[in-house]
Amino acid sequence: MKKVFGGLLFLLLLIPCGAGAAPAAGELGGTLAKIKKDGVIIVGHRESSVPFSYYDSAQNVVGYAQDYSRLIVEAVKKKLGLGDLTVKLVPVTSQNRIPLLMNGTYDFECGSTTNNLERQKQVAFSNTFFIVGTQLLVHKDSPIKDFPDLKGRRVAVTAGTTSEKQLFFMNDRDKMDVQIISTPTFGDSFRALESGRAEAFFLDDVLLAGERSRAKNPSDWIIVGTPQSYEAYGCMMRKEDPEFKALVDETIAQAQLSGAAEKGYEKWFKQPIPPRNAVMDFDLSDAMKELFKHPNDKAFQ
Amino acid sequence: MHWGIFFEEAPFGGVQYYQWLLHGLAVTVELSVCSWVVAFLAGSLFGIMRTLPHVAFRAAGGLYVAVFRNIPLIAQFFIWYLVVPELLPGDLGYALKAMDPEIQFFLLAAACLGLFTGGRICEQVRSGIQAQSQGQLNAGLALGLTLFQCYRHVIMPNAYRIIMPPMTSEILNMIKNSAVASTIGVIDLSAQANRLLEYSARPYESFIAITLAYVTLNFSVMLLMRLVERKVRLPGSAGGSHV
Repeated sequence: MKKVFGGLLFLLLLIPCGAGAAPAAGELGGTLAKIKKDGVIIVGHRESSVPFSYYDSAQNVVGYAQDYSRLIVEAVKKKLGLGDLTVKLVPVTSQNRIPLLMNGTYDFECGSTTNNLERQKQVAFSNTFFIVGTQLLVHKDSPIKDFPDLKGRRVAVTAGTTSEKQLFFMNDRDKMDVQIISTPTFGDSFRALESGRAEAFFLDDVLLAGERSRAKNPSDWIIVGTPQSYEAYGCMMRKEDPEFKALVDETIAQAQLSGAAEKGYEKWFKQPIPPRNAVMDFDLSDAMKELFKHPNDKAFQ
Repeated sequence: MHWGIFFEEAPFGGVQYYQWLLHGLAVTVELSVCSWVVAFLAGSLFGIMRTLPHVAFRAAGGLYVAVFRNIPLIAQFFIWYLVVPELLPGDLGYALKAMDPEIQFFLLAAACLGLFTGGRICEQVRSGIQAQSQGQLNAGLALGLTLFQCYRHVIMPNAYRIIMPPMTSEILNMIKNSAVASTIGVIDLSAQANRLLEYSARPYESFIAITLAYVTLNFSVMLLMRLVERKVRLPGSAGGSHV
């Protein structure tokens, strides 16, 4: 019994060592030191966050956020002077992305992860690379142009989203008399709209564009309304690693200031994208134009 | 465990979380009652048809059972939700989809669950009728009663009394099956539990609460039906009093 207990204690003592030894003064610390020592950089990615990070038909990871990941890997290579850095890709999900980052399974991730204050208690976020706003998807001939027009209408939302909460809240506050249809998935909400059950669909604009690209006639549907709230997507990395964060931030800022980010946007949001050559047809928002002029890592909530 | 969660303010509606659950319970009860009315009427009608001498009636009853008893309940819900409104003639389908969603989903769910359960009731009604000896019907006819009068005054009163116990099981099954209606947007007890889970992140409390609610509801129905069974049991049948 005593032996078992001692063994457990020993194991417990080992755990903190796994997170990486503390750097000596003047040397590289944290993630960069780990990459240099192993000669490997491990990049987290998503499997179906279209068009941010997902598989194309040849099972390559592609996307608007994946392009940033590639730039960051290049920057790390240059910084460490490693010509033959091995790049390993690890797929992550919404549920496991934070624990796997914290336990060192991968080094950083650019996908569709919202930078918020709650998550900042556990992980660090880079400069924002995308801003989503909550808007409405309606038929192109619909009289609904903005949120006040929703009075007395039937509106679809997806259960558990911030938009659902916002719509119930607005409905109470402004006595809008909206008839709310809460459905389990994004696809169900869109079907409610397409079949005529709902007259508008309230969700993050970029997700609305994604649903629209799958419609029978994508050109029948338009995204309207003043965004009711914003969320900032950033690359995620371990906390308290200022050198690595500075490198990632610098890489993103450079892409945004040099116009490369806008070209990337054009490629993923305005042109046909793999695997089915669908077009997101999603215009660069004012919030994004502002971001590209003044890169920052500000969270909205 | 944090049971105080039910008395915390819900994120919208200006109510506390437990009121969400009570509202869901009310919807589950209403849906069960309406579905039962549909199930009982449809089950009785087609059950009787399955025992009539005319082959056309028997075939119609058999078809009803074959269709509604052989398709999974969840598929039937989606057919009512996605397909039926498109099959209705133009204006009617549109009018249905333009109804207040709460009422619309409730009506579709009651029709679906009612007809699904009716398929099972139908078979019980048929067995209740066929359990009686052919002599009952023949005696009635020999006395000069019409076929309708025989069913109305001789066959059916006994048939319903015979099938009382399995019918109780069907009612209990139907109440539990009503939870599937949440997949087409009916905000019933199980849908409210999911919503509670999404907003409060308290899975244990949410699902223990609805488990208790369903058990209490079904237990009350069971006790009530036991009283009814005792009242209507056929004298001379198993457990009945010999008068």
